[in-house]
Amino acid sequence: MLSRREFLKLCLAATATTGLAEILIPVLRQASAQSALPRPPVIWLELGSCTGESVSLDNTRNPNFYQLLTEFLDLRYHWLYNTVQGDGAVRVMLDTVEKEAGKFWLVVEGSVMTAADGRYNHIFMRNGEMVTGLAALREFAPKARYVIAVGDCAAFGGPGAAHPNPGGGKGVWDVITDRVVINVSGCPSHPDWMTGTFSHLLLYGLPELDAYNRPKLFYSRTIHDQCQRRQQFEDGIFAAFPGEGGCLYKVGCKGPVTHADCPSRQWNDYVNWPVKAGTPCIGCASPHFPDGMTPFYNHLPDIRTRSVSVSVRKIGAAFAALGVGAVATHLAAGIFARRIHDHYLDGTKPSDPAPPENLTQVKQELDDLIRQQNALMSEAKQLEAAKPHRRRPKSWLRRLVGFWRTEDKTGKDK
Amino acid sequence: MARKTIFPMTRIHEPIRVDVEVEGGRVTDAWVSSHLYRGWEQMMPGRDVRDSILFTQRICGICSSAHAVADCLALQQATGLAPTVNGQHLINLILAADIIQNHLRHFYLLALPDYAAGPDTPPWTPRPPKPDFRLPAKTSAELVGRLPAAVRIAASAHELMAMFGAKAPHQQTIMVTGVTQQTNADQIKAATAIVRQIKYFIEGVHIPDVLTVAAHYPDYYTIGKGNGNFLSFGMFPDPLTGRRAIRAGVQTGGGAVGDVDAALISEEIRYSWYREGSGGRPDTENTVPDRDKPDAYSWTKAPRYKGLAFESGPLPRAVLNGEYREKGGGVMDRLIARAHETLKLCRLAEGWLAQLVPGQPSLRPYTLPPQGEGAGLTDVMRGALGHWLKFKDGKIQHHQVVTPTTWKFSPRDASGRRGVVEEALIGTPVADLASLVEVGRVVRSFDPCFTCAVHAVNLPNAKPLII
Repeated sequence: MLSRREFLKLCLAATATTGLAEILIPVLRQASAQSALPRPPVIWLELGSCTGESVSLDNTRNPNFYQLLTEFLDLRYHWLYNTVQGDGAVRVMLDTVEKEAGKFWLVVEGSVMTAADGRYNHIFMRNGEMVTGLAALREFAPKARYVIAVGDCAAFGGPGAAHPNPGGGKGVWDVITDRVVINVSGCPSHPDWMTGTFSHLLLYGLPELDAYNRPKLFYSRTIHDQCQRRQQFEDGIFAAFPGEGGCLYKVGCKGPVTHADCPSRQWNDYVNWPVKAGTPCIGCASPHFPDGMTPFYNHLPDIRTRSVSVSVRKIGAAFAALGVGAVATHLAAGIFARRIHDHYLDGTKPSDPAPPENLTQVKQELDDLIRQQNALMSEAKQLEAAKPHRRRPKSWLRRLVGFWRTEDKTGKDK
Repeated sequence: MARKTIFPMTRIHEPIRVDVEVEGGRVTDAWVSSHLYRGWEQMMPGRDVRDSILFTQRICGICSSAHAVADCLALQQATGLAPTVNGQHLINLILAADIIQNHLRHFYLLALPDYAAGPDTPPWTPRPPKPDFRLPAKTSAELVGRLPAAVRIAASAHELMAMFGAKAPHQQTIMVTGVTQQTNADQIKAATAIVRQIKYFIEGVHIPDVLTVAAHYPDYYTIGKGNGNFLSFGMFPDPLTGRRAIRAGVQTGGGAVGDVDAALISEEIRYSWYREGSGGRPDTENTVPDRDKPDAYSWTKAPRYKGLAFESGPLPRAVLNGEYREKGGGVMDRLIARAHETLKLCRLAEGWLAQLVPGQPSLRPYTLPPQGEGAGLTDVMRGALGHWLKFKDGKIQHHQVVTPTTWKFSPRDASGRRGVVEEALIGTPVADLASLVEVGRVVRSFDPCFTCAVHAVNLPNAKPLII
């Protein structure tokens, strides 16, 4: 089996080349064929949701949705897919909670409606009594092996908790405070982010999480860091209206403050993503979505809502000091210089994903791939280091870089 | 007489509770209620009106593009702006792709397990105690074997949507004057290829599968018959003529097809959890939630046209357009009409793709007028959808949504008249009181989606969001 370290590398490499799952699938197949992987029982609760996460998960490519249900997960309860209805479905769910206590995964979609003691959202009936989503969550969460909040609503309240929040929507971790809740945010969450997190849980247990409990695998870098239009930002070429060429920062792109890997991963079988389609990133994977990100078409320093993140204020401060415009964007080129040159990595594709014959072979292939990626990355780093301005110790530019960064040297959020 | 409750009803979107009274093996009365309230329309006032399209589509993750298109139409009326030719074609394409995706998934993932035993693994197991499977074992296995392919094709419909909409669900490119994604020859070719592939699947597999099911369940042509009132707002306007590819119409009790007058739409709240004295026409109504209201049993309001409940969706659309003659107006007619519509959408999509001019702008820059008021009426996956909005100084002042699911799944109105599905359930035979599979089939044939039925309101005392 892959070591955890190798898996992490693989995920990072995969975002730069193609879908993570394309490489992951033979590994998972192999492992499950050798019965190394028990299928975990899963209870999927929909609370104040739009079902967008389930629909997004339907779009998963490798493993596809059918494989996910028949080979990897044991989806005991999800009212969108259960064949049996009413009491029958409730019985399956309660049985699973009882008999698989400590083993089952609790996946939650949608914000927890807390107004009127949760009575704005009833989700099932037990012994003739209506049960609220809030009560069910409080009852099931302590017994679950993992609690996974998928989508921005479940993770942070999201659109379901937008101002003035009449239903009292909250994120799962606002309600379940005494244990780890894994947040797979996004509106909706990318199917890879969900399957990738599930895979990590299956293979190695809890993934490394950031300050917002999101798996670092997918949320460690900002959209802006990886964006294809990044060069235009650095060159000071800006779109004056959505749909035009150039960086979309001035028409409201929230890429600089949103952590996700959309630019390299892309959406729906990797065909497109908002900025590529000429529309600004609206920060849907952010803990401050949507209120902290509106108006969607106004650029960052103009935001005056109550929940603006610190980084936004920093951008405002930086731009006030430098003067907005071409000068500032030119300097910004230096500020963001720590990126890895994506185009060096784009050239590599993984080998044919036909299932290898044994695990050793899988491992060999992955080793090759990782070695290849590492070589490219180190080359990119060397080129990066060769730039003269990088050598200057503690210049005012460096200090600005330090001010800009939202994480310290060890990778933790400041 | 026995009263049975199904909660949650599975294989539909969001929490719905169905209560039925059964006497002599038949349903004699029914109540349908929805159990989620998020207060979406309360969240709208005070927001930047340009955000409206992106924000309202998050009402629903299954028909996100539907809300985007309805809101876009409302804004077009409010601002007097119109999309570019390419832009309108692309908006049509995005909506069509989303509908195709929805219809395919509805049949294979949500409806089929009612007629053929799915794989022997959860969530397809356990099955109801008396499932009433009539297909021969071989046919049944063939149908179920097509599940992976169907799921894949539905995902490729979303790929098509993402090509022009950036991502799915919750596309991000639709604006008042078009779509931010510019077209090029490459992309048009790729999109055409995807549409062809979907079309082959629908012609060769999907429609025959639906007809196979229908052949083995002939009694379901009449089981679950609606109230005979059909409504459609029409959809897919042509960029030049404004004529809708699927036209609007209203038909009462099998009579002549007439024109739709939006002024005749109003919502009643006698049995909904909203304070008395609210309700009314969507462009003015102002409603306050009241969870403890006696007698009320649903968060869904009761939209009425000329005081009557109307069915909308693929079957009404096909009948109003003179393309389908219903055999009984029941469950099977709905499934078949939905499958035929999926094919029709593929053909329409091919036409729009052929009319796209690479390099021509799909979006025109604009500035908003200081104020405006508009209604966006369109048909979507499940039927007639309307968005009513007012804005001033760039901020939304009023926003109301009347969704297809509220039309069909409304509770009773002030005169005690049942909603469409409540009416359709009456007379449904029930073989086994424990499983009630027949009731599930009728409810599912309407493809309910309660996410958007969650009626949200515009509170008079709500503070607008300060931006």
